[in-house]
Amino acid sequence: MGDAEIIPIGTRGRPGRGSGTARPSSAARGLAGGKPKPAARVSPVPDPADAPAAPPKPRKAPPPRKVRPTEPHTEPHTEPLSERAPGPAPATTAEREPLGGITPGEWLGAFQFAAKEVFGEDWEPQLARFLAFLRRRVTGAYAVDEYGFDAEVTDRFLMTALRPIAEKWFRIEVIGADNIPAAGGALIVSNHSGTLPMDALMTLVTVHDATGRHLRPLGADLVFRMPVVSSMARKGGATLACNEDAERMLAGGELVGVWPEGFKGIGKPYAERYKLQRFGRGGFVSAALRTQVPIIPLSVVGAEEIYPLVGNVPSLARLLGIPYIPITPFFPWLGPLGLVPLPSKWLLEFGEPIRTDAYDDGAADDPMLVFDVTDQVRETIQQSLYSLLMKRHSVFRGNPPE
Amino acid sequence: MSANGLVVLVTGVSRDLGRRYARALAASDGVDRVIGVDSVPPRGDMGDVSFVRADIRNPVIAKVIAKEDVDTVVHMSVIATPGSAGGRHTMKELNVIGTMQLLAAAQRAPGLQRLIVKSTSTVYGASSRDPAMFTEDMEPRRAPRSGYAKDAAEIESYVRGFARRRPDVRVTMLRCANVMGAHVQSPLTSYFRLPVIPTVLGFDPRLQFLHEDDLFDVMTRAVHDAPGGTFNIAGDGVIMLSQAIRRLQRPTVKLPGFAVGSLGSTLRQARLADFSPEQLGLLTYGRGIDTTRMHASLGFRPRFTSAEAFEDFGRSLTPTGGYAVRLVDRAAELIGSAAPEVTGAGRG
Repeated sequence: MGDAEIIPIGTRGRPGRGSGTARPSSAARGLAGGKPKPAARVSPVPDPADAPAAPPKPRKAPPPRKVRPTEPHTEPHTEPLSERAPGPAPATTAEREPLGGITPGEWLGAFQFAAKEVFGEDWEPQLARFLAFLRRRVTGAYAVDEYGFDAEVTDRFLMTALRPIAEKWFRIEVIGADNIPAAGGALIVSNHSGTLPMDALMTLVTVHDATGRHLRPLGADLVFRMPVVSSMARKGGATLACNEDAERMLAGGELVGVWPEGFKGIGKPYAERYKLQRFGRGGFVSAALRTQVPIIPLSVVGAEEIYPLVGNVPSLARLLGIPYIPITPFFPWLGPLGLVPLPSKWLLEFGEPIRTDAYDDGAADDPMLVFDVTDQVRETIQQSLYSLLMKRHSVFRGNPPE
Repeated sequence: MSANGLVVLVTGVSRDLGRRYARALAASDGVDRVIGVDSVPPRGDMGDVSFVRADIRNPVIAKVIAKEDVDTVVHMSVIATPGSAGGRHTMKELNVIGTMQLLAAAQRAPGLQRLIVKSTSTVYGASSRDPAMFTEDMEPRRAPRSGYAKDAAEIESYVRGFARRRPDVRVTMLRCANVMGAHVQSPLTSYFRLPVIPTVLGFDPRLQFLHEDDLFDVMTRAVHDAPGGTFNIAGDGVIMLSQAIRRLQRPTVKLPGFAVGSLGSTLRQARLADFSPEQLGLLTYGRGIDTTRMHASLGFRPRFTSAEAFEDFGRSLTPTGGYAVRLVDRAAELIGSAAPEVTGAGRG
């Protein structure tokens, strides 16, 4: 993308030592000339250039040793010094101006070419639509639903950003997508794994692409306590995982996703991969029973391997008020690079819907029944996890065509 | 005395909303007399409302109710900010002790038939553990510990106590969302009137608004033929804070939560804006109230949605930002054919 950060190596032609400080070296100050003060320092500089003995130098000498360009910048500084020191400041010319010689016509041509490249042949209506979208966004003339779900921004940005990860990085393979009803309320219950809730995001985009419906995830309250994450979650259609919201969404005919293992599932050590944890308190089952919507078990294989959790820092996690601090073979050792998930091959299997409309009205208030249904869902997911693991050839490679 | 019309006592008429409501009520059918009560005289025109200067914190109010043969009491003098009262202590006195005295007087009045209390959706609080939409039966996730929200919660508990002791009186409690209107002075309207609006970094709360006309309508309806009980009152739909500010075309400055809070208290101390501490919770986590009961059993349909109420409020403000809009418009102008499509983009 265009926002790649350019990390300068060396001084990029500017006076200075390449050590990051804006203050030019005394040699360069001497070169600039004009001012009498730096001129006084010109004489001591050339001699001790290789031996850093001058009083201000000892503090600044170590940084260049860390930065690579130590060798290139000591030479260029000493060489031009001898050549250019007697001359005046370097001359600048009008041709240096980068936009100088381009006529408006050329600009327009370039713009049209760029627009054609980006939006295709019918770029004019495309661009107009894009501008209309932009205007709608900056004037706030769009609608959100009562949970704060912004369908437009979800489709345009969130889904577009997640799709290549799902298709190219994890090469998600979907089994049984036709078990998701095309209309009406339904509750998708999935296993949870992978240290970061990447599986939830991938399920979002997979369900959307398979059925055209938006999956509305139920998130832990930590999600709504964290800045940035909270506003993105609401815009992406999430709401708090509580009975009130689950029932409200299901009654409103939404397709709701829930990960009942919560932090126990997502933050379990790598050694316990694909072992389902306790399924919460079964609140999701009572919500489904109350609203009489089908429960669709979803088994995700592959998400366990993206960030193998080998350690945790419980004391620091408690201090920060978060459930765990993950330590993986790459994080935090490689810094942000350690956040790149391993490209495991994913399998998503949507199981057969478990109907809840056959139970009578008071079923949701019968704890034993709720436990039974919860166990049934959990067993279903665990069984299909095992069978998917048997089917899987390798963690990273897809199955070879037979 | 009252032929067949009602005799209504309205508290809190010196403030703008109360005064205009009392006037509207006096002009409506089926109301014989409206008596406005407040501790300070109202500034504007009172119309047919007869004003009685009385402090609801002392027992004079009982005499007024008895002497005027009041059959309906509308309590709307719950104030949201210490600024207008002159300190948090006075505010609490006015809100809580005032309500207690009023209810004590009302309990002794045999002719009383209706009590309408304008409460606020602030009683639900605002936190990260909130459900998306609060129904009337839900409790706040964290009991309010200070300020307006605590006052409102205490007032509601006194009103519930009154309803238990006087089952013959029909008690209607209206939990209204933030009222919006060109003349409304409230912590939230003064927040939106700031030239540069501070928002909490990384949070985008959901807000609901109620237009002032709808407030008057629903309270008039409550006087005439409302069932007893508690009702959430808000315009339809929700609007995100970021969206609201974009519609106002005002620049924002994003600050961490604690900085918004301290900026708010600085503004309050400097009397630049009526920023209440509870507002920080609202501006961080937002709040939604479910209005199913308002539609179904109160039969009230607000004329303004939340977004429309806010738009109407925004008309009274001049935009101080809007650079992005102008930039997009200029780009659209440059590409001539884009113009018709741009105007065709409807408001969602």
